[in-house]
Parts: sequence; C-alpha cells; structure tokens
Amino acid sequence: MNKKLFAMLALVIVASMVLTACGGNPSTAAPAEPPSAETSAPAPTTAPAAPAPAQVEFTAPGYGGTLATVKERGVLICGVNSQVPGFGYVDAAGAFSGFDVDYCRALAAAIFGDPDKVEFRPVTASERFTALQSGEIDILSRNTTWTLQRDTELNGNFVHTTFYDGQGMMVPKDSGITDLAGLEGGTICVQTGTTTELNLADVFASEGIAYTPAVFDNADNTFAAYAEGRCDAVTTDKSGLVARRAVLPDPENHVILDVTMSKEPLGPMVRHGDDQWFDIAQWTVFAMITGEEFGITSANIDEMMGTATNPEVRRFLGLEGDLGLKLGLENNFAYNIIKLVGNYAEVYDRNLGPNTPTYIPRGYNSLYTDGGLLYAPPFR
Amino acid sequence: MTEIPSSLPPLSERPGALGWMRRNLFSTWGNSLLTLLSAAFLVWAIGGLLVWIFSAAEWRVVLVNMRLVMVGQYPVALVWRIWVAMYFLAFLIGNTVGLRMEKTTRKGLAVGLLFSPLVFALFSFSLEARLAIAGLSLIALAGWWLGSRWPQAFRRPVLIGWIIYFPVFMLLVRGVSGEGSPMEVVESNLWGGLLLTFMLTVVGIVFSFPLGVFLALGRRSQLPVVRWFSVGYIELVRGVPLITILFMAQLMLPLFLPTGLTIDRVIRAMVGITLFSAAYLAENVRGGLQAIPKGQFEAAHALGLSGFQSMLYIILPQALRLVIPILVGQFIALFKDTSLVAIVGLFDLLGIAKTVLAQPEFLGLQREVYAFISLIYWVLSYAMSYFSQRLEVALGVGER
Repeated sequence: MNKKLFAMLALVIVASMVLTACGGNPSTAAPAEPPSAETSAPAPTTAPAAPAPAQVEFTAPGYGGTLATVKERGVLICGVNSQVPGFGYVDAAGAFSGFDVDYCRALAAAIFGDPDKVEFRPVTASERFTALQSGEIDILSRNTTWTLQRDTELNGNFVHTTFYDGQGMMVPKDSGITDLAGLEGGTICVQTGTTTELNLADVFASEGIAYTPAVFDNADNTFAAYAEGRCDAVTTDKSGLVARRAVLPDPENHVILDVTMSKEPLGPMVRHGDDQWFDIAQWTVFAMITGEEFGITSANIDEMMGTATNPEVRRFLGLEGDLGLKLGLENNFAYNIIKLVGNYAEVYDRNLGPNTPTYIPRGYNSLYTDGGLLYAPPFR
Repeated sequence: MTEIPSSLPPLSERPGALGWMRRNLFSTWGNSLLTLLSAAFLVWAIGGLLVWIFSAAEWRVVLVNMRLVMVGQYPVALVWRIWVAMYFLAFLIGNTVGLRMEKTTRKGLAVGLLFSPLVFALFSFSLEARLAIAGLSLIALAGWWLGSRWPQAFRRPVLIGWIIYFPVFMLLVRGVSGEGSPMEVVESNLWGGLLLTFMLTVVGIVFSFPLGVFLALGRRSQLPVVRWFSVGYIELVRGVPLITILFMAQLMLPLFLPTGLTIDRVIRAMVGITLFSAAYLAENVRGGLQAIPKGQFEAAHALGLSGFQSMLYIILPQALRLVIPILVGQFIALFKDTSLVAIVGLFDLLGIAKTVLAQPEFLGLQREVYAFISLIYWVLSYAMSYFSQRLEVALGVGER
C-alpha cells in the first residue's frame, strides 16, 4: 500500500512538474507582451499598422466612415483625461469639465447641434493611442503633444493645435521677477532626467543667463524644495505649473512668468484614413478661433445672425454658401459650436481664465492679431 | 471586552483602575519610564492627527463629492434605484441580526450596527440625503424587530432574500432594456465610486468561487485532460500580475476584436478579475482538499457513496471549512485589488478619488480625499474579516 502510494505520489509530482513547466512557458511569454503596450502603446501596433495606410491612401475606404458611425450611434465618443485640473476632470456634479472636454462638446455641437451628445471615455496616457486605433473612441482630446512619431507610427493625425503648452517658470510674487533675465545668478529647481532640465540649460545658455540648477529626482521633491524657498524659481510645463501652484500653501504669492521655453503643442488626434472626419475635427477648432476673431460669442451670436453684413461672417454663420454641407455637416455647424459651447476665448476663460484657480496667461494661445499663434484659415 | 466573567474574584484581588495601572504600567522604574515615554509619543502622534482631522483638514471636498465617491456619475434622477437596493440590504442585515439575536453575545454591538447610519445623517448633507440615510436605520431596525419577534416566519424568506440579493441589485443598478421599460438602462460607463468597487468585488467573489473549486477539483482529477487543463490554467494565470491581465483586457483585446464589436469595459474588468482570482482560489481550496485524511474518502466509499456524492457531501464541506480564513483573506485582497482598474481608466473608488483631486476648487487636498477612501476600504475590509470570524465560530472551525 505504502509503496503504491509513494509511486503514485512520485508520478503526480513528476507530472505536475512537467505540467508546471508547460504552463510556465506561456506564462513567461504573456507578461512580456502587455507591458510593452503599457510603456509604449505604439510598439505592438507598428507591425500590423504599417501596411494599412498604403491601402487607405489609394482607395480611401475609411472616408466618411467615422461620421456615419457616430451619427448612427447618436453619440460621439471622446477620449479625455480625467485627472488634469483645468483640462479634463469630473466636477462635483459628476459632469466632465475642462478645456479638452469642451472641445469634445464643440465637436458634438457641430455634428448633432447638441453639445451633450458626447460620451466621455477617460483614457490613461498609456492606453490613449490604442483606444483610438481600435475604434473605442472617435477622437482623442487629451493634452497630447504633437510629435512626428505620433503622427506617423501611431497611425494618427493631429488636427490644429488647441493649446500651445510649453515649459514655464514660476517665481514668488514678492521677488518682483518678470522675465528670465531677472533670474540672473539665481537658483532654479528642476526635475532631473527630463527634457525640462535640458530645455532649461539650452534656453539659459542661448540667452547668456547664469544660474545654478537644483535638481531633484521627482516632481514632488522639486516643488517641495521650491515651497521651502530653497530656490528662486521652479520650472516645468505651464499646465503642470498651474496645477502645482494651486497645491502650494500660499498659491496667491506665486506667479508664472509669461515666457515659454519649449514647444508642447497639444491638440486633438484622429485616426488615419478618414479625411472627412479629420476635416470636421480640424474645422471645429478653426470655427472656435474664427469666432473669437470675428468677436462672435455665445451671447451675441443670435444678434449677429440678424445684423451681420460681412460676407465671410455670413458664410461662417451658415447664412450664405454651403460650407457646412461640404464637411458633411449641417450648414450652421459653426453657429452651433459658438452658440452652444462658445468661441475659443470663452472656452479658454471658462477653464483657464483669470477667474479660475487654474489661470494660465494666454501667451501663445492668443489670436495672431494679439501676437499669438492662433490663425485660422478663411471660411470660404 | 465588555463580557462579564461568570464569577468575579474576591474583592481584595479585584484591582481598580489605579491598581491595574500600578501592576501593568508602573511595576518597576524601567516600566514607568517606558510608559511615560510611550504616552508622550502617543499624545504627540495622535494629537497631531486629531488636530488635523478636526481643525486643519478641509472635509468639504469629501462632503461636496460624496455622491461622486459613492456612485460615480450615476444619473441623479435614478439614484433612487440604488437607495432601494440599499434599503433591501439594510432590511436583510437587520432581519438576520434579529433572527440570530439569541445566539449573539454582543447584543449592544449588533444593535449599534443598525444605528450606525444615523451618524452619517449628522453631517451637512441636504435634508433629503439625511432622511434617506436615516431611513436605512429605520428599515434595519424594523427588520430586526420583525426578525426577533417572529423568528420562525422569517427564517426562510431572509435566506431567499440573501440569495436573490445580488441579481436584484444588478437589475436595479443596470435597469431593463427595451421599449417603454419601467427602469431605463444606465450604461456601465456611468457606474463609479464605491458602487463600482462593490460590483467588481462581489462579481469577482461570486463567480471566482465556483470556478476556483472546479479548478481545484480538476487539478486533483484522474482524467489527464482535465488535470492538465487545470494545472496549465492555474500556473499560467498565477504567473501573470493582475494589472497585466487588466491591461490585456482593456487595451489588447479591442485590437483583436473585429471593428464595431465592443465589449463593455466594466464587464472586461469583471472577467479579468474573476479569472485571476479563480486561479488563486483553486490553490487555496486544493490546500483544504489535501488536508482531508484519506480515511474520509475511504469511509465515504465504504458507505456506498459515489465519487461525486462523497466529494459533495463529505470532502468539500470539510475542506472549505478549513480554508475559510484563507479564502476571506483572499477576498479582502481581491476587494482592494479592484482599485487597479483605476489605472485602466475606470472610475472605481480610487479612480474617482483621483479625478476629484483634479477639480480646480479642491486642488491640493490629497490627504483628505485619500484618508476618506482609505477609511472606506478599512471599514469594509474589517467588516469582511469580522463576519468571517463569526462564520468560523458558527461552524466551529478549529474546535472540532
């Protein structure tokens, strides 16, 4: 009996060891795959994605498909951020708010004439491109920087930039510093190992300003050191500075200088292969900018509808011509955007204006007539 | 702690508070010094915490966002459905406590539990919210009274109530699809906060338990295919972190599915958690199965029970009873592991806390928000642990 039991036991152990080894093989292979998706969403998609655009460009099978899908569904699915103050978050009433979120509303207004026909899908930094490629979202509006690699490898197209972010500099208000030259000989807190640190060195070297960097290995330490007064200024992206300033014990005593030290153009992104959808997303941005340019706001637009004589304004409002129809939308799509969501200035002020806790000076995000970069092509 | 010993020692040996302190805290010089130092440390540490809790902390962020933390973006007009589910639960708890009153030694604690919602009603919510919360206590007390008054009549209904509770809960939360249905469907992307955490946990436990038992039996099966499959599954899943499985389900799966076909994200997370938990559960159950002496199998066989019968009536009940502490430990871990879904963009308790922190008017209140949700996690984990202890006492684990 004992012998038999032992033999059985030995057999079971050997079998289980063999099986464990068998089971172990796939288990070691499996984890290797998803992390690559986590750290760099592009990697797994490059291989299957590469041949696709070639087909798309010549036969354009995707043309118009997204708009048809969205209309059939009756709701736009917009990938947004849920954790960036001022850009994308959920307010106490449970509604999504923020600058990037309002763009989604504007797009929904352009398509449906109803800014609420949009379903917000919070996406994390690592899953955003996959979500766009797999069709889980129709558009990505989540503070994404436009880069060459993302434009090509990730199978996406960036529409016009909605927010020109860039590296900024924060100083205590009572220091009286208003520009970079004021920091001559000062100490600047910066996070090490980031492009921020390199940009800082480049900009100060090119402007010939001497400074001492105080480097820290993470953002929390960097800002803690600044809060303790261990440096004269702190630098990171402006939108990040705003969020960090609000967390300081005395946010009202710190100012973000009106200088921009690097390029971080943030804008919505769509999939390759549907040019009509790209145009719609693009001209939604242009409509908001043009609205500000013409001085048309959600408050005065109905009045403008009656009094407008300028032919371009009349075309913009859909009173003349068929610009909206060319995009596959209603002719008054721009009217809907401005009336229901607002022009660029309104949206900016609502989320990032001087009366909000997340105030960012407009800087480059001003109209070209005010020295900014916002320049929309004509509505013609 | 409050239990009264059956017979008290003589008065001379019954120490008062002073006597107790002298004996336990100040027996020697060394002990006295240690006591004083520890007391000073406690005053310093806890005092600071209390000062923060009662004066420095801005709890308004939690009060204003309470609905968000509890149910996420669930439509305000339909929140009554969740209240109905809560009232049902309160009644079941009250009734069960009432039924088991004779057996519980801590009557005060049990009744106190039923009154506990009233404490929340004291906070500065709207009047309706306070009334709704107070209603929980009322219904729980009504259930308790009915249960202790007519224990015989309620024994069966309350058991059925517990069994159907989860399906009813799901029905209430999701609603019924179709034209002119009395309860419109609330899509899962609007479920959030504690509600979503609760659903993920309960679904994980309810579905992974039978799956885990089957896998444990499968691993001990004589049939090679069944055994290989079970071993392969268990070892494969245990070799992968949960976060990987969740990422796989949320990111990779859509790439493999044909365009247009989408599976609900919450369901993807639920399936991921269930499959993951089942593999661990299987090994825990297998541990219990191995602890059953061979004599039990032989005795069952000698009684003429079939393999299936002996497993169902003799082996499994004993094996599962043995592993209750391990299983509950795993369920508590599962409950807390659900917070990983925040990383893949679902608004569970942790996910909603992160988005609350991004509200411009409440920037920089990390401590308040995280302290509050850790309190929720702690209360619920402790409740699970406490009920498992009661269950062990009731089943006599470790005594027989």
